[in-house]
Amino acid sequence: MAGSWLQFVASGLTTGAIYALVALGFSIIYNASGAINFAQGEFVMIGGMSAVMLLALGLPLLVALPLAVLAAVIVALLVEKLAVEPARHAGTVTLIIITIGVAMFLRGLAQLLWGKGVHRLPAFSSEQPIEWLGATILPQSLWVMAGAALAVVALSWFYGRTLLGKAMRATSHNRTAAQLVGINTRGVLFASFGLAAGLGALGGVLIAPIAFTSYDAGIMLGLKGFAAAMLGGLGSFAGAVLGGLALGLLEGLGAGFVSSAYKDAIAFVVILAVLFLMPGGLLGGRGSERV
Amino acid sequence: MTLLAVQGLGKAFGGVHANQDLSFAIRAGTVHSIIGPNGAGKTCLINMLSGVYRPDAGSIRLDGVELAGQATHRFAAAGIGRTFQNLQVFFNMTALENVMTGRHLREQGSLLASLLRLPSLVRAEGACREAARGLLRVVGLAAYEDAAADAMPYGALKRLEIARALAAEPKLLLLDEPAAGLNATEAHEIDALIKRLAAEGTTVVLVEHNMKLVMGVSDRVTVLDRGRKLAEGTPDEVARDPRVIDAYLGAVDGSAGAAHA
Amino acid sequence: MDAAANVSEARRAVLPRWWARPRGGGLLLLAAVIAGLPLVLANNYFYEVAILVALNATVCVGLNLLIGYAGQISLGHAGFFALGGYGSAILAARYGVPPWLSLPLACAAVALLALLIGRPTLRLKGHTLAMATLGLGVIVSIVINTEDRITGGPDGMAVPPLVLFGWTVAGEQTWYWIAGAVLLVTVWLAFNLIESPSGRALRALHGSEVAAQTLGIDSGRTKLQVFVLSALVAAVAGALMAHYAGFITPAKASFMHSVELVIMVVFGGMASVFGAVVGAAVLTMLPQVLTVLKDYEMMVFGAVLVATMVFFPQGLVPTLAQWWARRSA
Repeated sequence: MAGSWLQFVASGLTTGAIYALVALGFSIIYNASGAINFAQGEFVMIGGMSAVMLLALGLPLLVALPLAVLAAVIVALLVEKLAVEPARHAGTVTLIIITIGVAMFLRGLAQLLWGKGVHRLPAFSSEQPIEWLGATILPQSLWVMAGAALAVVALSWFYGRTLLGKAMRATSHNRTAAQLVGINTRGVLFASFGLAAGLGALGGVLIAPIAFTSYDAGIMLGLKGFAAAMLGGLGSFAGAVLGGLALGLLEGLGAGFVSSAYKDAIAFVVILAVLFLMPGGLLGGRGSERV
Repeated sequence: MTLLAVQGLGKAFGGVHANQDLSFAIRAGTVHSIIGPNGAGKTCLINMLSGVYRPDAGSIRLDGVELAGQATHRFAAAGIGRTFQNLQVFFNMTALENVMTGRHLREQGSLLASLLRLPSLVRAEGACREAARGLLRVVGLAAYEDAAADAMPYGALKRLEIARALAAEPKLLLLDEPAAGLNATEAHEIDALIKRLAAEGTTVVLVEHNMKLVMGVSDRVTVLDRGRKLAEGTPDEVARDPRVIDAYLGAVDGSAGAAHA
Repeated sequence: MDAAANVSEARRAVLPRWWARPRGGGLLLLAAVIAGLPLVLANNYFYEVAILVALNATVCVGLNLLIGYAGQISLGHAGFFALGGYGSAILAARYGVPPWLSLPLACAAVALLALLIGRPTLRLKGHTLAMATLGLGVIVSIVINTEDRITGGPDGMAVPPLVLFGWTVAGEQTWYWIAGAVLLVTVWLAFNLIESPSGRALRALHGSEVAAQTLGIDSGRTKLQVFVLSALVAAVAGALMAHYAGFITPAKASFMHSVELVIMVVFGGMASVFGAVVGAAVLTMLPQVLTVLKDYEMMVFGAVLVATMVFFPQGLVPTLAQWWARRSA
């Protein structure tokens, strides 16, 4: 009995770690622009699919993985320059629609390059499941959790210790004030897209050995990442991580103990319940309007 | 006769007491000003009197009816109207539509009548439009009737908010810094408008920094400082009160009464 | 003083808003287009596209009232659309209710559902409201997909044809007139609503919710009214679509479909009834046009969407109207 609990928790934390990375991407771009980037899921997909392609071209895993992440980052930077910057003065609704268009474009491009088939990466270390306390855990799950944890640590160091990181934090608190102290907020948005894509693509390559990846894998991942970011509190760094892990756990436990078909519905019901009670999310602050 | 009775009103944000233990009464048909340095809690008070904020303590009685704790639109239904320090004009409408919206409480049409555009609704719309036109004339904005609100100058917008608030035919009108950001001529126009409203019997509560305006138009003045009531009385009494002078108007030694416009 | 200059400046700014005004002229134009279109519709395929456009436009006009005028957001409206269709289909196919009754019953049920979930949901604002409506739509979609005994599951279910007083409604041409009439009526109702006290209350909410409340507008009730109204419109369109197509699948409730509807509204121009119609028309026809590009279809669609929003940030109709006004000024 404890074994199945552990099993569901382990698989829940694994998917949760990926959701956390995607949610971080949402929060980062939200903090820099106030808009939701609906193409975030596509960055994840590009990471996974690029890795598959590079591997198929004969590159060793150790080279293919970073290159795949880099590919997603480059795509994101191009997107920011070509599609987001020209419209930066438009309202957030327009920006959101633009990101939806970008997402479709990237999906279409992926379909063109890689077809509609599903693909899988080989596991980083071993395919052999580990038996531990009655639960069966894949080694790749450990890679996922370790990779995500490392990314989160690196991100906090980045925010706390580097100038760009501090500039990004400043912009998220008050964009005008940041501009007044000389921060290049356009540059911050540019960097935010790159960072969000990097995190997303990292998630993509980490999870590809476990879950199948395909040209439209980004849709559900983006949706869940957004839900996780909202659950934790949009714009909150810790909230994104907490929201991601919580969502993963809800799905895992829901699938295990209630119904596999309804696992997503269960997770969404819980998220909605939280949002009705705490509209700012678990760690989000309460906003107020000066009248 | 007392129109508005405020007793022990208080509101805190976290550890900051924006208003504490405020009590005063407003007599019907008078102009009552609330003054005080920045941060004294004037706008917070107005927000509580119009139902935008819920007080933490105290009571607000309009014509004897307790209002504190009710939803904002109930305050309006009871007969309280207001303007805003930071303009809250409906920029997605024309000036006339803004004022017509102000007549919401007087123009209750059913959703069905609106959808089907019944003749009764069309008639009511015509009357509403006429009433709104009249109000625009009262505040001197007749020329802006069909103008888009987001293209109007600042001074006109301040007057538009007043017209919109008047459209509901309120018993009590709360004006939150109606002259802020206006030049001397525009401020004088607001002054004349308030005097006209008072003469017609509207009870006005005015929050203002413009001392010339306040002293010239008020029947009574309440002074707030750091969330509490500091002094109250006629404009002259308050201008001579040493506590008020110390806190707000200027030092006792000669520059007192050197009211800034 | 520059009072006169200010006034004429402000007056000139009114001109771009003509598109929201002419209930008479615009409605007449729409009626003319609907009446005259069959002259150019060569075969059944074109009629099919036209019916699709009309039904999508109907949903979008309703959704635009919620998004463009009241300033709210719904990323789950496909749920209402699908529930209207499935509701009528299930009542008719599984419980033998005659379609002329199952359709209004299903739509009434959807309106009731919107009333129940609307109250708590509309207390939320901004992204949280978006997330809540998104979640609700996804939940509806999952339930439809999973309860296959009632709904037929991922493969969908057959929908009995619409039979009114013994007359079976069938054929592209008949359905075209029905869809066109429904669109025309919806647009008429929308215009009536916008230029009424209720409509001003809606727009006031969008302009400044706090100010609206201080004028006595019950913001909760007003938002709920427009939410239920737009849900009802979506359900009617969904039910008609189901009976026309003779089939319905869970994809009609999907998140992607909800997003498509929102895109149509924003693309065409928010707070513009004709914007919603144009947006629905263009974005319904575009994929049909782009099928010739086969594998490039999705890419091109995405690129068109991005380019249009970059160059027409307020949507197609309002931006075009502004250009026109500036040229003639």
